[in-house]
Amino acid sequence: MTKPWIEGRFEENVVFTTLEQAINWAQQSSIWPMTFGLACCAIEMMAAGASRYDLDRFGAGAFRATPRQADLMIVAGTVTYKMASRVRRLYNMMPDPKYVIAMGACTVGGGPYFKYGYHVVKGVDLVVPVDVYVPGCPPRPEALLEGLMRIQDKIKGKRINKRNGVRVEDELPIPHHSGWVDAPGGDAPLTDHQKITG
Amino acid sequence: MSGKQFIERLEKRFGDLVARVELEAIDPWIEVEPGGVVELCRYLRDAEDLRFNYCNSICVVDYFEPDAKKAAKTAWSPHLEVVYHLSSIQYKTTLVVKVMLPRWKDGVPGQLPEVPSVSGIWSTADWHEREAYDLSGVWFTGHPNLQRILCPEDWVGYPLRKDYEMPLEYHGIRGR
Repeated sequence: MTKPWIEGRFEENVVFTTLEQAINWAQQSSIWPMTFGLACCAIEMMAAGASRYDLDRFGAGAFRATPRQADLMIVAGTVTYKMASRVRRLYNMMPDPKYVIAMGACTVGGGPYFKYGYHVVKGVDLVVPVDVYVPGCPPRPEALLEGLMRIQDKIKGKRINKRNGVRVEDELPIPHHSGWVDAPGGDAPLTDHQKITG
Repeated sequence: MSGKQFIERLEKRFGDLVARVELEAIDPWIEVEPGGVVELCRYLRDAEDLRFNYCNSICVVDYFEPDAKKAAKTAWSPHLEVVYHLSSIQYKTTLVVKVMLPRWKDGVPGQLPEVPSVSGIWSTADWHEREAYDLSGVWFTGHPNLQRILCPEDWVGYPLRKDYEMPLEYHGIRGR
């Protein structure tokens, strides 16, 4: 990639960027999630927020107690029909731009309650639009962090420019890796996974 | 007090109201007619040497097999059982009281079977009975505030009945 002509013509510590990139950078670096736990996934969400996994590294550690100050709703846990109307109301109360992570099997598609659960919504995407699905029962904090990074990618892909009077389409994030990790043990079966994740 | 003495006492006092006694079971239980629930429970709570002063739980068991082929093989005919688990804190004893009810009153689907409320005896029974009504559809007569406790107020049907069918839609949210 060739360098833009403006690069390197000024003193050090002068950074050039586009307004679009600056706005996106600011937004993706301070996603404020809502304090919103419905079931056991919330425990894992709390773990992601605590010191070991430290959600704050991504600027997303400021859990707000009100939807009016939040950008991100992490739907962590089983959504019942009784709760669904409240979830939708909370979503409507959040200011734009807003994002939703469906965390855990229950919110992705009903999970273990899919067949015989009479009271569980079969996926929170029937209630609010979901940006990122994080599967797992419950997902590990790493998985939630991955989901948060995908939200950041989505914000990064946002376009405010117009070209010839037509709004430029947002870029959809493409995962930078497949999620597949080669086991350090080669083909040998992994028995002690704790050793690898540290 | 031995089991035999206990049975004799109950028979003497309540006669036919106590329909069946099973003291050999792991959890000894007695069956009582719906009409005698309040009287029996008040006696169990207040008798000097019984003092069942704590109601652990009230639950409902639905004996029903939707599959006609399997239903023909069952040893029971379809019915509901209301089960009261009682404890005596003082004497460290437990007792189970059961009431057999038809699945629907007079066999008309939608008409809830009735049993007198024991919320006047143990106040904790108030919410237990609301839950039993909410999920299994048993009407507790004389209850001060019998309405749904877990499901939303406008829920249709009683989810823990074996023949319950899940709603296709609830307030615009697809159900099945």
